[in-house]
Amino acid sequence: MSVLKTTDLTKKFGKFTALNGVNIEVNKGEVFGFIGPNGAGKSTTIRVLLGILKATDGEAKIFGKDAWKDAVEIHKRIAYVPGDVNLWPNLTGGEVIDLFVELRGTNNKSRREELIKKFDLDPSKKCGTYSKGNRQKVALIAAFSSDADLYILDEPTSGLDPLMERVFQECVMDAKNEGKSILLSSHILSEVERLCDKVGIIRQGQIIETGTLDELRHLTRTSLLVETKQPIPALGNVNGVRDIVMKDQALSFQVDTDELDNVMKYISQFGIVKLESAPPTLEDLFMSHYEGVGKTSDSGAGGAL
Amino acid sequence: MANQSYHNTGRLSRFIVRQDRIRIPVWIISLSVLSFMVAMAFTDLYPTGLERQTIAETMKNPAMTAMVGKGYGLDDYTNGAMMAHQMLLLTAMAVGIMSILLVTRHTRADEEDGRIEMIRSLPAGRLANLYATISVSFGTNALIAIIIGFGLYALGIESMDLEGSLMYGAALGATGIFFSAITALFAQLTESARGTMGYSITVLLLSYLIRAIGDVSNETLSWFSPLGWVLGSEVYVNNYWWPIILTIGAAIILVALSLYLNAIRDLEAGFIPAKPGRKYASSFLKSPLGLALRLQRTGLIAWAAGMFILGASYGSVLGDLESFFTKNEMMAELLAPVEGYSLTEQFLTMLMSVIAMICTIPPLMAMLKLKGEEKKNHTEHLLSRAVSRTRLMGSYLIISVIGGFLMLALADIGLWAVGNSVMDEGVAFGTIFSAAMVYLPAMWIMIGIAVLFTGFAPKLSGLTWLYLTYSILVVYLGGMLQFPEWMAKLTPFGHIPKLPVEDMDFMKVFMLTIIAILLLAAGFLGYNKRDIRG
Ligand SMILES: Nc1ncnc2c1ncn2[C@@H]1O[C@H](COP(=O)(O)OP(=O)(O)OP(=O)(O)O)[C@@H](O)[C@H]1O
Ligand SMILES: [Mg+2]
Repeated sequence: MSVLKTTDLTKKFGKFTALNGVNIEVNKGEVFGFIGPNGAGKSTTIRVLLGILKATDGEAKIFGKDAWKDAVEIHKRIAYVPGDVNLWPNLTGGEVIDLFVELRGTNNKSRREELIKKFDLDPSKKCGTYSKGNRQKVALIAAFSSDADLYILDEPTSGLDPLMERVFQECVMDAKNEGKSILLSSHILSEVERLCDKVGIIRQGQIIETGTLDELRHLTRTSLLVETKQPIPALGNVNGVRDIVMKDQALSFQVDTDELDNVMKYISQFGIVKLESAPPTLEDLFMSHYEGVGKTSDSGAGGAL
Repeated sequence: MANQSYHNTGRLSRFIVRQDRIRIPVWIISLSVLSFMVAMAFTDLYPTGLERQTIAETMKNPAMTAMVGKGYGLDDYTNGAMMAHQMLLLTAMAVGIMSILLVTRHTRADEEDGRIEMIRSLPAGRLANLYATISVSFGTNALIAIIIGFGLYALGIESMDLEGSLMYGAALGATGIFFSAITALFAQLTESARGTMGYSITVLLLSYLIRAIGDVSNETLSWFSPLGWVLGSEVYVNNYWWPIILTIGAAIILVALSLYLNAIRDLEAGFIPAKPGRKYASSFLKSPLGLALRLQRTGLIAWAAGMFILGASYGSVLGDLESFFTKNEMMAELLAPVEGYSLTEQFLTMLMSVIAMICTIPPLMAMLKLKGEEKKNHTEHLLSRAVSRTRLMGSYLIISVIGGFLMLALADIGLWAVGNSVMDEGVAFGTIFSAAMVYLPAMWIMIGIAVLFTGFAPKLSGLTWLYLTYSILVVYLGGMLQFPEWMAKLTPFGHIPKLPVEDMDFMKVFMLTIIAILLLAAGFLGYNKRDIRG
């Protein structure tokens, strides 16, 4: 069941098109990773979804309701954490958490205490004296102590230390196990890899890839190191083979993942002595998309370089 | 949908009240106490009708009209009429400033810092924050109206009846409500808290000036100023309620407009567009001084224009004043003319001290900007590079001192140019110029105090404003309430020789300059030693 869905979402700031037909969908119980280079339009998409920015065109729906028109109804069931948390400098962290929880109307006192302990936050300090990470903890505690059905998190861990990062990941997994949905925008790829069921990659206001991590892996290449009894003729002409380098007796090259089968059949004719393969890392996958020049998903397999 | 847009307004209002649980009561108490004390002081100082009538005569001149507003009931100058004439405008301006600060703080300032984003992601209506801020501001003003209204009546002063007193309070409340609405509107139009506050204060000052010129020369003009409406209610004399209702009505229209604009705009966007800037920094910008100047450029230019207009407006009443003095012998007697100087010149001395104090506002703002930048964690970007603290503070000081000089000079030129064109017997430029410039050491002391606070206790730097406010009040109220001499001597402005009527006192001016230098030196020392916040 779809919890969050945008259809051809477009947002213009004056003449500048920040979002150009964005389609994403998050289902119930799913963690959706939203990634892309700086200025790609992640925060803009999220702010449209929050009903803070008004879409120029297209649709943004959460729980089947319009993100702009039914903002209040929607917000009763969602929790948001921005990357840059600014709070009222002369109120304490505890006061701010209570305000946020009170505004939402649902109240989970024991959860609040538990989270404050878990995140190791001193709620009696004034927000003006908190460090960046501590301000972020205030927003995270307020978010996770509310019984939301959808969590929208925009780089929520950009200021957390590794220990707190782990606490955060536990919170996300707990929420997911309770059947809640999460939209997580992040630059920390390991975090995305660990948490997300599905990933959407946005660049220059357009979604260029979306799918499960496994699906996306198919779109990249595997590195192979092969030593054969006889030399392999015309390897460079085989479909899907690139970047051939001689290394001592062996050949190192890359293969488009969906051509792997054919390539293996071809080289096995020449008597394989040694074979090493390295699966594509998420890093490779993202790099190829981040750096890519104007290639989009419709280019099919190997959408790289 | 309609219900949605103000969802949770009540909770947000309570939240705003909680944040301002000190500020709002301080404003209400100060304004009420000021009003009650002045009302009682008037009754003590001028117990008989005859004494009050004498004061009425001295008030009947264009300069006073420009400053405090048109007097009503001058023929039967009761305590009530006196209060409404001499205090209502000043207090109304203070209420206006209070409202502007309050509304800016909870609308654009919170939005600019990203706090409204947090609120809006919660189930709070799109307009809830604006509704809440306006409710709190209107509520505060209503409270001021009620407390001052009933309070003045409770003092039991003969001519201050219930209706008049309530109206006095209502006039103040209406002014506050009007300027809350103006600020709410600018909070939608501009993209920064500075802009919101700047435009709103500009409207307040323009209202004052338009009313000043209108009251002196053209009554219709005064009706273009909301402050003119408020005074037009002729409190304690004729008690017209309709100008108050007009003011509140206008405020409601402005509020409706700002709600509409808030509903259709994106968060953190405005309507007055920001144009794209340069790709490269000009070589001028690449120094702390250039940066400091660039950050304040627009503000300083606006203030400079404002100071010129201020001088020019005062200049425009000089002609009326001159002919008034020549016609009115009793006034001449009262002011006990000093040999060799015209009454206009004597009046100039008082004008100069007021102008000098107002011209001190922009240099203080320029200096305290250093502390504001620190609070926003901008300072560390500079200090972490090859910029010494002395150089950084020095850059702001240079802008402050030169800015102060320019402000005073511009006000002076405006005063002289317009004044001379309307007077039969002009005053030499040199005379006016030196009368103004002699105030520079006092201005430097004020800047020195700002530097001292920035150096040692940045959190307390707001006290500089309190001190300047005191200086202005002593001059403004001192004459009316016959304050003892020492109260005026508590401010540096009270020690400046009043040229051209008094003789130049080089020793005094020199001493003041030394004090200013000592304050500056101490401030620099402190700034070099203390922690930079953030
Ligand atoms: N109010 C605005 N006016 C004009 N342009 C804007 C505005 N807000 C965002 N943009 C532009 O829209 C684009 C998308 O910005 P957005 O903040 O969504 O990026 P992002 O993907 O969140 O980047 P990051 O990873 O750095 O957070 C950027 O080019 C940005 O400059
Ligand atoms: Mg972002």
